[in-house]
Amino acid sequence: MTKFVKGNEAVVIGALYAGCDVYFGYPITPASEIAHGAAKWFPSVGREFLQAECETASIYMVYGAAAAGRLAMTATSGPGMSLMQEGISYMAAANLPGVIVNVMRAGPGLGNVYPEQGDYNQAVKCGGHGNYSCVVLAPASVQEMCDLTIRAFELSFKYFTPAIVLADGLQGQMMETLVLPEHEMPKPDTTPWAVQATQETRKNLITSIYLDAPAQEAHNLRLQAKYAKMSADARHETYLCEDAELVLVAYGICSRIARTAAETLRSGGVKAGVFRPVTLSPFPGAALSETLKGRKALVVELSAGQFHDDVLLHLVKEGGRYQPVDLCNRMGGMVMTVDDVVAAARKTMKK
Amino acid sequence: MTEKKTVGMYDVFSRSGKQTRATHYCAGCGHGIIHKLITEAMVELGIQDRTVIVNPIGCAVFGYYYWDCGNVGAAHGRAPAIGTAINRTRRDAVVISYQGDGDLGAIGFNNTFQAAGRGEHMAVFFVNNAIYGMTGGQMAPTTLVGMKTTTSPFGRDPLTAGYPLHVCEVLNQLKAPVYIERVSVADTKRIMQAKRAVRKALEIQRDGKGYAFVEFISPCPTNLGVDSLKAAAFCADEMEKEYPLGCVRDESATAEPRPPVPVTPTVKAFFEASEQHQAPMAEIDEKAGELRLKFTGFGGQGILSLGVCVAEAARLEKRFATWFPSYGPEQRGGSAACSVVISGKPIGSPSVDHPDVLVCMNQPSYERFVRDVRPGGTVIVDATVPLAEKAPDGVRVVPMPAIDLSIKMGVPKAANTMMLAALMKLGVTGLKNEHLLSALDASFKKKPALVEKNRLLLDEAQAWMEKNLPL
Ligand SMILES: Cc1ncc(C[n+]2csc(CCOP(=O)(O)OP(=O)(O)O)c2C)c(N)n1
Repeated sequence: MTKFVKGNEAVVIGALYAGCDVYFGYPITPASEIAHGAAKWFPSVGREFLQAECETASIYMVYGAAAAGRLAMTATSGPGMSLMQEGISYMAAANLPGVIVNVMRAGPGLGNVYPEQGDYNQAVKCGGHGNYSCVVLAPASVQEMCDLTIRAFELSFKYFTPAIVLADGLQGQMMETLVLPEHEMPKPDTTPWAVQATQETRKNLITSIYLDAPAQEAHNLRLQAKYAKMSADARHETYLCEDAELVLVAYGICSRIARTAAETLRSGGVKAGVFRPVTLSPFPGAALSETLKGRKALVVELSAGQFHDDVLLHLVKEGGRYQPVDLCNRMGGMVMTVDDVVAAARKTMKK
Repeated sequence: MTEKKTVGMYDVFSRSGKQTRATHYCAGCGHGIIHKLITEAMVELGIQDRTVIVNPIGCAVFGYYYWDCGNVGAAHGRAPAIGTAINRTRRDAVVISYQGDGDLGAIGFNNTFQAAGRGEHMAVFFVNNAIYGMTGGQMAPTTLVGMKTTTSPFGRDPLTAGYPLHVCEVLNQLKAPVYIERVSVADTKRIMQAKRAVRKALEIQRDGKGYAFVEFISPCPTNLGVDSLKAAAFCADEMEKEYPLGCVRDESATAEPRPPVPVTPTVKAFFEASEQHQAPMAEIDEKAGELRLKFTGFGGQGILSLGVCVAEAARLEKRFATWFPSYGPEQRGGSAACSVVISGKPIGSPSVDHPDVLVCMNQPSYERFVRDVRPGGTVIVDATVPLAEKAPDGVRVVPMPAIDLSIKMGVPKAANTMMLAALMKLGVTGLKNEHLLSALDASFKKKPALVEKNRLLLDEAQAWMEKNLPL
């Protein structure tokens, strides 16, 4: 079954098929259609919807529902995401699963409501306090707004850490065909750890406090060991890379622009391809380094170079050597055109 | 003599491996008494298994080392948000939000206020000791005027620090709470009343009747810098002057338990029922190429829905399609635009920089976009727009009186349908007219009366074009 929907609506559909029990959220453009869809569809299928009083409340409601062993989510954009950082740190510390969708808009400050990717570091490097990691997934189509929301629940429950779907205003607002999932995901059994208000779970405790330093260090080491295992779930996608002399590296909506740019470049005689991380955390560093080996590279992003920095970091980590990578970027809600990328790519080819 | 077995509380306090029967509270502190009252009521009412206590950040942060029931640790001030979620997703839970006055009255006050306003099903136990205990005796919202604390070393001065916060009285302004009472744990007589209040708050939860709030005036000898007796006397003498004890509201006798959850369809059944007509899956067709369209005009002229209609028609033809609108203030401030891409293969960029087809319903959009049109492309522009701006060479410009015709037909909102007629007549979308018509009909799914009307408008527009345009 298919439906022609906005990316934001696809998130809600994905959440319902993932078995999400409850949605909490506070309105903000360009994420509001997620709340609208959830308000309409969650109660229609027996799930809970609640408009929270602020994003701080939203994230602690997600925390509370997760503590009770439920599948919970929220969605927001820049300013709201900043307010949620404390709660995300608490969730990670308490090993609580839950999904947060950030439909990125332009910042800093109030900025505007147009697409940007300026929250990359906040999501991937973790904007809250302490040593923790989230799963971060970057959809690049309406279909993936749905599918990666489902995947976010899966990975969040696999690693017991919050999962962030890092989208952007353009993907939230655009419409494409969505193929609805065949069936609902089976519910995970949360009885062993969650506080379900039953005799069986009475002894379960959700907390993030280890007042004694040795205990807190041991907790940190356990968390880091857990995060190290996440690399098994790193995912990426390549397009026209087999014979490429130039690789455009981009995630999210930029990877779509890069796709068209690669086709345009090829019709002009430049063999271009696209490398796109689907998971930003865990980052597909090995695959990136493998794909870029011996090729020129150009990062395409809607931020100041946050993603570009990370690409360099992963190349160094994987190969131990520094490789020059160019940058084509816009900010403030301005989106690069295909022509912009093509022009930048030609410059890179001349170097 | 054998020791009495503890019920509802753990035998020993076991944090960091110590197995002690002493609490972590200072001598003369009220928290321990309040813990005991909650435990007793929980056990007496037989709700121990159903009870979940949300522990605060404050001196009571380790409540879970005492209470033998479900426990969740909160962030500072956020217990009501967490409690809200627990009860909303575990309806049988008896949720307790246990909070100090910094936690509840300062950092988390809005969460408290909003949870009370929504009438969340929880018992809130609010420990008012007039001070921040855990962090070293700082001023709380409840600190008395003139009282010295580490952050009001010269005494709380209302000129700079305002006045004590009366939480019971503030919450009493709200409609939803079922029960609000202020009690004290300063002496035995007062503790007996506090015990009754705790029990009532938990009965209300047991019976699913709604929000209950109990404030405890509670001594903090350590941070007052006095002994236990003096701290208790301070509560009874000084604090009660500011915070009179008593029940502020009790609607527990008349409050109704909440209605049961309605029966609903499964997700799959729900979405299958909501979609009557089905577009086929898109198929790759390399020969089909890619067509980029831009629809522009004023907000309210139906530009965005015209774009959706064309995209839906493409779907009926097994093409890939994307639609991307202008949104936010841009949409409200006047001009609206959307980009549509139709392709025989998966689409890269959904935004259209160089349209093959540009539809313009107003002058600003025409002036802004006409130069971007690809050679060989087509611009359909409303006939009211002056064509001062020249289109690039090789671009065909077709003026169409969409607005005038729609007014003449008595449906001024249907100018977009007139533009669809032009797209069909000129054949520039490469889509079959039957698919464009089906998509148009489907766009009036919720207003079937308009289907017929819009068909008439289409005919009228096409007749006009036949007569007036060199097609
Ligand atoms: C966001 C945040 N800010 C500040 C703190 C530090 N802090 C911990 S407890 C507390 C005040 C506790 O006072 P109160 O709520 O009155 O409880 P009491 O300790 O008196 O029982 C503060 C400020 C924190 N944990 N989190």
